[in-house]
Amino acid sequence: MNNVEIINLLPGILLGCASVLALISITIKRNHKFTYLVTASSLLGVFYFLITYAVNRTITLEPLFIIDGFGLFNTGLIIISTLAVVMISYPYFEQREERKEEYYILLILATLGASMLVISKHFVSLFLGLEILSISLYGMIAYLRKRERSDEAGIKYLILAAFSSAFLLFGMALVYAEAGTMDFEGIAVYMFSLDELPLILVTGFGLIIVGVGFKLGIVPFHLWTPDVYEGAPAPVTAFIATVSKGGVIVLLVRFFMIIQGHQYTVLVTTFTVLAIASMFVGNFLALRQNNVKRILAYSSIAHMGYILVAFLAGGELGAEAVCFYLVAYFATSLGAFGIVAVLSDEERDAERLEDYKGLLWSRPWIASTFTAMLLSLAGIPLTAGFIGKFYIIAAGVSTHRWLLVVMLAVNSVIGLYYYIKIIAVMFERPEEGRPVLHPKLYWVNLATLLLLAVVTLWLGMNPQGMIDLIREFLGST
Amino acid sequence: MVLINFIVILMAGGILAWVVSRWSAAAPKWIALGSMGLNLVLVIAVWMENCVVHPAEDSWIIKLDYQWIPAFGINFSLALDGLSLLMLMLTFFLGFLAVITSWKEITYRVGFYYFNLLWVIAGITGVFLTTDLFLFYFFWEVMLIPMYFLIGIWGHENRQYAAYKFFIFTQASGLLMLLAIAGLYFVHGDQTGNYTFGYFQLLETQLSPGMERWLMLGFLAAFVVKLPIVPFHTWLPDAHSQAPTAGSLILAGLLLKTGAYGLIRFVLPLFPHAAHEFGTWGMALGVVGIIYGAILAFGQTDLKRLVAYTSVSHMGFVMVGVFAFNELAMQGVVMQMITHGISTGALFILAGSIYERIHTREITSMGGFWIKAPFMGTITLIFVLASLGLPGLGNFVAEFLTLLGAWQADRLLTVLATLGLVAATAYSLRIMQRVFLGMKSGEAPFEDFSLREKIMMVPLAVVIILLGVYPHPVFSTAESSIAKLFSGFSQEQPASTEKQLKEGGAHE
Repeated sequence: MNNVEIINLLPGILLGCASVLALISITIKRNHKFTYLVTASSLLGVFYFLITYAVNRTITLEPLFIIDGFGLFNTGLIIISTLAVVMISYPYFEQREERKEEYYILLILATLGASMLVISKHFVSLFLGLEILSISLYGMIAYLRKRERSDEAGIKYLILAAFSSAFLLFGMALVYAEAGTMDFEGIAVYMFSLDELPLILVTGFGLIIVGVGFKLGIVPFHLWTPDVYEGAPAPVTAFIATVSKGGVIVLLVRFFMIIQGHQYTVLVTTFTVLAIASMFVGNFLALRQNNVKRILAYSSIAHMGYILVAFLAGGELGAEAVCFYLVAYFATSLGAFGIVAVLSDEERDAERLEDYKGLLWSRPWIASTFTAMLLSLAGIPLTAGFIGKFYIIAAGVSTHRWLLVVMLAVNSVIGLYYYIKIIAVMFERPEEGRPVLHPKLYWVNLATLLLLAVVTLWLGMNPQGMIDLIREFLGST
Repeated sequence: MVLINFIVILMAGGILAWVVSRWSAAAPKWIALGSMGLNLVLVIAVWMENCVVHPAEDSWIIKLDYQWIPAFGINFSLALDGLSLLMLMLTFFLGFLAVITSWKEITYRVGFYYFNLLWVIAGITGVFLTTDLFLFYFFWEVMLIPMYFLIGIWGHENRQYAAYKFFIFTQASGLLMLLAIAGLYFVHGDQTGNYTFGYFQLLETQLSPGMERWLMLGFLAAFVVKLPIVPFHTWLPDAHSQAPTAGSLILAGLLLKTGAYGLIRFVLPLFPHAAHEFGTWGMALGVVGIIYGAILAFGQTDLKRLVAYTSVSHMGFVMVGVFAFNELAMQGVVMQMITHGISTGALFILAGSIYERIHTREITSMGGFWIKAPFMGTITLIFVLASLGLPGLGNFVAEFLTLLGAWQADRLLTVLATLGLVAATAYSLRIMQRVFLGMKSGEAPFEDFSLREKIMMVPLAVVIILLGVYPHPVFSTAESSIAKLFSGFSQEQPASTEKQLKEGGAHE
């Protein structure tokens, strides 16, 4: 590996170094602020590197990685989202007693895993990326050990993620046994030479879908989602909802693009069923929830279904739609969970619906931001979520996937009900003398939230810049 | 520029009203009144200039076009023709009154209230002006969310339920329209290679009959829910009766009109063949609405609910007129949109005034108010008579023209629709009899109209009488738009339609 190739892996290397740096700084002296600053500045550094250096080139690092526009765009997205998570995390953990510094090491490592995922083109790098991500998450989910549900969530995630990894591995093994290669391109070449997919290959893909489905939390592999979302600290939930799921989606899109999965009816049918099931189950289960984190968990299941529609639409428009939707969904989800984090105090997270009662009158700015985020999740115009949903509908209609598109429209309506429920609670007139949370507010997270709200609204009103950016990156693949 | 100004003035006024409410409770009212009044003056100036003094050559008086999202061929394009001009005048007139009617009623979170009020009106203005389908959908939604808040925060006892129902009904149907818009966009793009949401370009799309039918149904879904047409009307009585007075006024006076406007502006020109196929069904649905609404209106004891059901009935005439496909009926429809906005709006303001005095909407606990409030009684009588279609008042002109036009299209249905007028007499007079006549008044004090209320009601009454005795300005303003609508049809339709068109022109 020569110098030129090393430089392309710099984002990953920098992230690795950052985690070591954070580790060393902790051994010397525990200082929350310092660790936080190290993390934030290294993420900023990586992002700066990405925007200055890495546009318009496609480089493959045989056999593991492919660095192209699609990968780079999503790496950038992951890094900047993690930065937002860090910004939300500092005030959140500052208010809690436990030792908080190690959290940042785990966060950087998880980011490293996710950013490996989006550029991998080989089962080995895929699996390594996924495991780095998952193992860091085990620790992050159960980080606040004094809370009972934290442990429960951590163990649940540990068992199910390990289980799904086993499925994934077995699937890969079967594919390898049949195709004789673990390289995506190699598998594609092998598949093109066949008239019909052999049973072993299909079984292998099936098992891989189970593994990937677990990570994405799509129906019927979604059972961990609400519990983990509820039990994990709010910033970690934000991370799982965005970076962790986004990385896997990108990987899936890449794999599908390379093997040209749209030609294979069995794969398309499977994903169609998964997408429709995710939309309906996610939205229906969210209807009866009274816990904001659980509502957002079920809504994320539905949103994964929406993304699958774009993914199934395929083509250039489909890939663009996935990218745009991810941007919109990341900004919105980070904002929504950020608000949950901001409103939480040291006792518990602000997850009950009552915690939001009359918020518009007591904290108008936070409530307005949350309203904007929820409307964006619901896909109402003026917000990024609407343009994202429109992009998906456009992609679906352009390839005549009417069934999926109609299902998406139906589900948007169902989804409205519970988003509006939260908004309606915020608008209720507050009652006097009920127990309220007493969060301390820091300018860091308030500024982050404001920024996310601005991004959400800006993308909703003037998406042209982001569309151009996505097209520029995707054009280089 | 004036077109953008209409919208910007309202949106900026709304934000300003919200911001200043921190320091002063009275300022938001004045800001709202000022921006609404400014728009009213502006739109009347445009009308005087373009329709009275120098009638424009083209049916489109002002056009405006900016790029918005070129990646999808989405433009920020607005255009004004006679039809939208009439609708804008109605919008700002009722908007102005909506501010006045809220003056004393709203005391809770005044700034945010006027923010929502102004943004609803801004959304409606956008809907009436836009000529880009994406932008149309955008404004269609912009008017929903503030309306949701108006009902949900400042409404009556069952407000949450009503707000939910309103929002979900309109959203669901709106999404179907969005799908249809996307479908049309791709069909047009695949044909011409020019992917655009522009209304004028999409008008030239060649559609296969099956596609045309499906796409039309998507648009139709949004508009018949908004209009509303039985059986999609169930959100309306709840929303109208639970909303604050200004909310009911805007709902009945303006929001319903956006559905009618959508039918005229989009469904008929974009899908002419499918619309013709649907014609008889459309008229039949309209007739069902007329009769069903009238019967239910007669059975209500909640005053606002009663007026709400009369809207269902009156909007049935719009449906009948639109799908009769001739100029005469269309002139009636335009007239109906305006007169219904005014007469029903006035009845809602009255209901609000009575509610402020006796804190109930139950008709059974009213009666004998005429003695104590003769001015209120007189004004009510005018609007009740307008609602039942008495000659000399605007509604008569509208409904008569609609029926005259419909007669040429389908005689049986027209006869049935006329029965609606009989039923209208029954429910309208019932309002008068139960509320203002009778002896049940008791000792409780009941004040007559205050000056503020007179300022609202007198202009409404004057306008409804003017429209009844001299409707010509409305016809001449709308004429060019309507003629254009049918000139497109006449090339494709058999000779009988052209003959009707000639007869249709005879009213001038």
